[in-house]
Amino acid sequence: MNVLNEMKLEFLSRSANEALARSAVGQMAVQLDPTLEEMGDIKTSVSEAVTNAVVHAYPDRLGVVCLKARILEGGILEVTVRDRGIGIADVEEARAALFTTGGEERSGMGFTIMESFMDKLRVRSAPGRGTTVVMRKRVTARARQ
Amino acid sequence: MRVTWELRGSKLFVYLSGELDHHAAHQALKQMGDVLDEHMPLRCVLDLSGLSFMDSSGIAVVLGTYRRLKSYGGELSVAGVPNHAAKVLTMAGVDRLVPIATATKG
Repeated sequence: MNVLNEMKLEFLSRSANEALARSAVGQMAVQLDPTLEEMGDIKTSVSEAVTNAVVHAYPDRLGVVCLKARILEGGILEVTVRDRGIGIADVEEARAALFTTGGEERSGMGFTIMESFMDKLRVRSAPGRGTTVVMRKRVTARARQ
Repeated sequence: MRVTWELRGSKLFVYLSGELDHHAAHQALKQMGDVLDEHMPLRCVLDLSGLSFMDSSGIAVVLGTYRRLKSYGGELSVAGVPNHAAKVLTMAGVDRLVPIATATKG
């Protein structure tokens, strides 16, 4: 698949950077002329993936979160969120709705939202080696004036 | 993220505005908890019409507020919910516990 555009961003796992991440990807997605709903889906999914890295990957220290966004041929936006944190022992369990090891401000709906708002979601993780989340969404081609 | 509130009789209106994400949720929950503890309203309306963004942190904020009110017999409803926030809340089934009214435009 041809890559038409690409950007990479690295930041510390501070919660203030959740907004930075979704804004950056949102700006990239604008190039595909998404509807308001598609833009909401994309920003929410990025927010969920980055929040997971902030909350779970580095529970007792700050670490680096790598964000990559690519525009692929066919109007597809691909977003990768990677950390080098503690990893997930059981990815299937973590992806289940309502599963959370977070505090009272977490709902356990992060992966469910990513799965349903994006077209594809892949999660690769190993304990002690970090987690990589890759998601794709095809932005509907609209008639342009 | 801003949390403001207004007491009208026995009804408490809480207004959230800005972006509600994990970064903002902790502070929002604390502020709302303080207001609820102080007034213990029997009815509370959480108005989300000022939100420009909300992710799953909003689910935790609504459910946390719902549980707090329920603990002393209070009732929660959510009003002015922007379309995308409604999509997030409905996906989590929050609308089965708490009445949710979407924002009306125009």
